[in-house]
Order: sequence, then structure tokens, then C-alpha cells
Amino acid sequence: MDEIFGIPAPLLFGQLLLGLINGAFYALLSLGLAVIFGMLNVINFTHGAQFMLGAFVAWMLLNWLGIGYWGALILAPLIVGAFGIILERLMIARLYKLDHLYGLLLTFGLGLIIEGLARNEFGSSGLPYRIPAELTGAWDLGFMFMPIYRGWVVIVAIVMCLATWLVIEKTKIGSYLRAATENPALVQAFGINVPRMMTLTYGAGVALAAFAGVLAAPIYSVNPQMGSNLIIIVFAVVVIGGMGSILGSVVTGFGLGVIEGLTKVFYPEASSTVIFVVMAIVLLARPAGLFGRA
Amino acid sequence: MNFDRRTLLGAAATAPVWGAAPFRSARAQAANTIKIGVLNDQSGTYRDLSGGGSTQAVRQAIKDSGIEARGITVEVVQADHQNRPDVGSTVVRQWIDRDGVDVIMDVPTSSVALAVNTIVREKNKVFINSGAAASDLTGTACSPNTVHWTYDTWMLAKSTGGAMVRAGGQRWFFITADYAFGHALERDTSTFIRNAGGQILGSVRTPFPGTTDFSSFLVQAQASRAQVIGLANAGADTINSIKQAAEFGITRRGVKLAGLLVFITDVHSLGLQTAQGLVLTESFYWDLNDRTRALTQRLGNMPGNVKPSMVHAGCYAGALHYLKAVAEMGVAAAKASGVEAVNKMKAMPTEDDAFGAGSIRADGRKLHPTYLFEVKSPAESRAPWDYYKLLATTPAEESFRPLAEGSCPLIRS
Repeated sequence: MDEIFGIPAPLLFGQLLLGLINGAFYALLSLGLAVIFGMLNVINFTHGAQFMLGAFVAWMLLNWLGIGYWGALILAPLIVGAFGIILERLMIARLYKLDHLYGLLLTFGLGLIIEGLARNEFGSSGLPYRIPAELTGAWDLGFMFMPIYRGWVVIVAIVMCLATWLVIEKTKIGSYLRAATENPALVQAFGINVPRMMTLTYGAGVALAAFAGVLAAPIYSVNPQMGSNLIIIVFAVVVIGGMGSILGSVVTGFGLGVIEGLTKVFYPEASSTVIFVVMAIVLLARPAGLFGRA
Repeated sequence: MNFDRRTLLGAAATAPVWGAAPFRSARAQAANTIKIGVLNDQSGTYRDLSGGGSTQAVRQAIKDSGIEARGITVEVVQADHQNRPDVGSTVVRQWIDRDGVDVIMDVPTSSVALAVNTIVREKNKVFINSGAAASDLTGTACSPNTVHWTYDTWMLAKSTGGAMVRAGGQRWFFITADYAFGHALERDTSTFIRNAGGQILGSVRTPFPGTTDFSSFLVQAQASRAQVIGLANAGADTINSIKQAAEFGITRRGVKLAGLLVFITDVHSLGLQTAQGLVLTESFYWDLNDRTRALTQRLGNMPGNVKPSMVHAGCYAGALHYLKAVAEMGVAAAKASGVEAVNKMKAMPTEDDAFGAGSIRADGRKLHPTYLFEVKSPAESRAPWDYYKLLATTPAEESFRPLAEGSCPLIRS
């Protein structure tokens, strides 16, 4: 059997693929964060809780209303997105004029409250959620056994990332958004309702988090802590990619997934730290991040 | 009370113990009051299997002991150690030094339990551990102030590990949580496998907490051509491992998973569809016999809407037995010396609804039977939380590591 660095080649390819799959989650989550930071200048620390809410709403839809995975994939982001819009209107919108730190503290606090409420209601050990029947099973790739569901996650994540990028970079709404970030007063003067645009952008970012939550529900334990476990890594991804850079967060998300995957083979004990090592190095060399504008 | 800046800062510094005893002075407590501190995970992965349920179990034990009718008051305080040894140590020091706590109970997460074990010994108080697994608590780290009640890694290794080897699982690969508990569980299980003629092909150490995706480790385990993947982890780690092993079709292709520490709350979370057929070991099951059912009834609705776990049962039984010892020796003597209180507990046979008749050995190990269960299929389960079929019972004297093999310094002297 061929070996690369003492690891059998098939095993290594398998790990690279698994890394890409995890990267898909990082990319999807950091995408929402980057959109919100890029447009609203708010560091949304509630993102992890909103990701968790996506998974919980999917569970509630199934167990209370009998709506399965496919329905949840559309409804859960809408419901959680609407909840995000309420949060933005009632609280977050009041902080746009202040320093980033205030938004960070508010959203961090909100995240803790949402997580605590979920823990009180549903306990901490988690709820069962199954892979939809259409996506169970696996492909034999020769070097690895690839669950169909994981393939689906990667494809959906790539489509979502591309769609978001296209909307922001290539459409009229996207150009308004980018303009409003640069100079809100001027854009408002042209008769565009900037506050409403901000609200909808926040809602969309939150919906992206909830969408990732629904995707994660069948493969991770659905528990109130599931978001806080991921969110720190996702923040590192956004910082490495360059705060607010959409392309940066997508590329970094997938890239770090692969780096983490390789660490799990060569030195598994460090797999939860390797991303922060990369972050430290990137911040020293390029403080604005790989794709950020200084 | 005057809330100046200093008071607020002081209050913030002691935040974990706050809800427990708000602004109460230690001097105010009477000489005939026993104070029990329940320290466990109240916000993380082990919350449902310990958490507020353990406190509820201790309160039930106080009621069932009838000790308050003798004029002895028992106060209960609780705190969250967040699964961090530093947080747990700080809380325990404050509890003992400032609040006059006499007994520390529960303490899941072996790394925290080992830290608390040292402090309680140094302060000569009592430590009744229910939630932690590391068999070192009655081995190299044994203490005259500590009773290890519910289960330990050696017992899990012997029961679950032994059953898997007997069923033909000779070649093992471990996925191990990278802290004291995981290491102890892997070590104890490996000894059994080797002694039974089995083989350890390898292991991976996964960071704890903070690992959510185990697929990479599962694929490595599979590539080693092991027959059994030993999961030396707990809580959400175990749930994620089992869920993802099913997803990657690992169990369907004949590789067996050995869930070395699986609690009933984990089975509930996985759902019977995924968990069915899993073989596991516990020392308590709510639906085991009339006495356990009666206790479950008395405990009522547990936080998180769960049935009592074996950790809850251990907190109940441990507190009950301690209070019996206090009633025998008197409050003053029990408060004066933790070692004497524990010696008294060791001298008396135990008897409770959770574990039946039992005893506490010289090294602090509580002895009772253990049960090998298999998780029912959805068709076999007749009611909510009807999850286990009993496969085998190991008698108390064979369930735990023999006294001579534990290298407990108390025994040699």
C-alpha cells in the first residue's frame, strides 16, 4: 500500500475529504458572521445560539408539527431569521453608533441567555434527530466509505456560499448594501431605506446560521451547547479570513477544515488548538487577515 | 446591606457559590447543623446525569433519613464546577474555609474529582464521590476522607470490556477523551483485554471538551482493522461517536462499538433507533426492581425531565449513609474529623433503595452489584424510558478491583 508521511494514502485522502466536510460547516457559519460584520459592523456573538436554535426548531417542527427535514430546511431558517429581526429591531439597532465592543457584549449576553433557556427547557444531554430517509446510506469511494448525507452537506454549503457571494457582489441589492456600509447617510439621501436593509441583512445572516443548524442536526448531538462549541472556532475562521470578507471566510472555512482534519491524523491531541495556532500566526503576519483590507 | 464597589467585586469573585448561600455568614450556623455541598456540572454536558438532579436526590435522602426529627439540621448548597479543576478547587476551598461545609458530594469529571480529593483530605472533611469514574480515587490517589460510591473505570472495563471479549471481540482500537477519566478507562480496559488474550491495535486521544466531529477518528479506527472500537469517553462525546459511527456504516459492517461509559440520559438522547443493541454497564437502573421504582417515584420530576441516573442514585445513597453515620456518632464528632466520619461509614453496612445492601471497603470503595444491560429496540420498549434489558449481574465482591491490586497507600501501611 502506498504511504504518504507514514500514513496509508487511502486513509490520508479520507481524512482530507472529512476535513473538507467539516470545513463546509465552518464556511457556512462564518459566512453569516462575515455578512453581519461586513454590513452592520456588529460582531454577532449570538451566532452560535442561533445555529443551535436552527437545530432545535427542526426538532420541534418534527416532534410537535410532524414537519420533516426538508420542510425544516426552509422553515427553520425563516423562523429563526424572523426572531433575529426582532432582536435587531428591539436591541442591536440601538448600538450601531457605539463602539464594536458594546454590540459584542450585548450579543454575547443574548447568546448565553438563549442557551440557558434552551438548557432549562430541554436539558443538556441532547435530542435525537435522524438523517432523512432519502439521504441515508453511503457511497464506497474505494479509499473511503462516504455517507451520502455528508456529500449533501458539502454540496449545499458550496451552493449557499456561492449564492451569498453572488447576491452581495453582483446584484443591485448587493450594491446598495455595500454602498450603505461605506456611507449610510449618502445612500439614505438617494431614497433607500438603510435601517430596513440593515435589519434584513441581520435576519439573513441569522437565517444562514439556522440553516447550518438544520444541516448539523442529523450528524451532531442536538444539545444547547452545540453552538458554543463551534462558535469559537468559527470566530477564528472569520479573523483569519479577514473580518467582514465573504470570500475570505469561505476559503478559510474550507482550508481550516482540512488543516484540522490532517492534525487529527498526525497529532490528534492538538486538533482543537491547531486553528488558534494558525490564527496567532496570521495575526502576527497580516493583522487584517488573509483577505481583509487593512 | 451596603453595596459599594468592593462588595460587588467580592460577590462577583465568588459567583459560583453565590446562588447557594446568598450573603449568609458562616458564624451564624448552629453547632448541630450539617452542611452538604453538591458540586457538579450544572451547565455543560454532564448536567442531566448529575446537575440539579443530584441536589434533589440529596434532599430526598435528608427527608428519608428522618434526621431532622432528631433535632439535627441539614443544609444543602450547590455549585457549578464547569468541568474545570481550577473552578472546582476554588469553590471547595471557599465552601470549607468560609461557609463551613462538612461534606462535598457528587463531583463528576475525574480531573475535578482528583483535585477536590486532595483539598478535602488536607482540610479533613468528607468527600462522597458519585459522578466521577477514575478508579485512581480508590487506587494511587486514595484518601481516608473519600468514599467513591457509584461506579469506576475498573468496574466498567471488567463488565462491558469483559463481555465484549467473551463475545469474540479480540482486536481493539480506542477513541479516548484526552483527560484523567479517558486515560484511566483506556488503561483499565486494556488490562482486561490483554489478560483475556486480546490485542490493542491503537488509540487516538481526542481533545476534551471541544471535539464535535469524531468521523476522522472513527475512520482511523476502522482502518486499523479492529473488531471493537472502545469509546473511552462520556456524555456528548459518546453520543456524537455513536451517531457518527452509524452514519459511516461502521457498525453495519460488523465492527462493534463498546460504549464503556454510557448513561441512561445518553441513550435517551440517541433515541432507541440508533442506540438499540448497545451493551453497557450501570450500577443502578430506575426500572430494575420494586425498590428502585419506589425511589424513582419519591424523587419525582427530575431537572431536565430525566429519570434518575446512577449518579443521582449514588448521591441519594451516599448522603443517606453519611447521615446515618452522623446520627450514630453525633454532629460534633462528625464535624470535627472527616476521617472519623468516613471510618464510621466504613464500619456500618449500607442499606438503601437504590443499591440494596452493601458496604464500604478500607480504600473508600463502595461495593454493590453491577449490571450489564442491552439497550432495547424501539419495538421492545413499552413505555417512555423503558430502555434496558438485563443481560448479567456481577455480584458486589467481584464487581470492583480487588483491594490488593489498587496500590492504595492506605492499605499498605
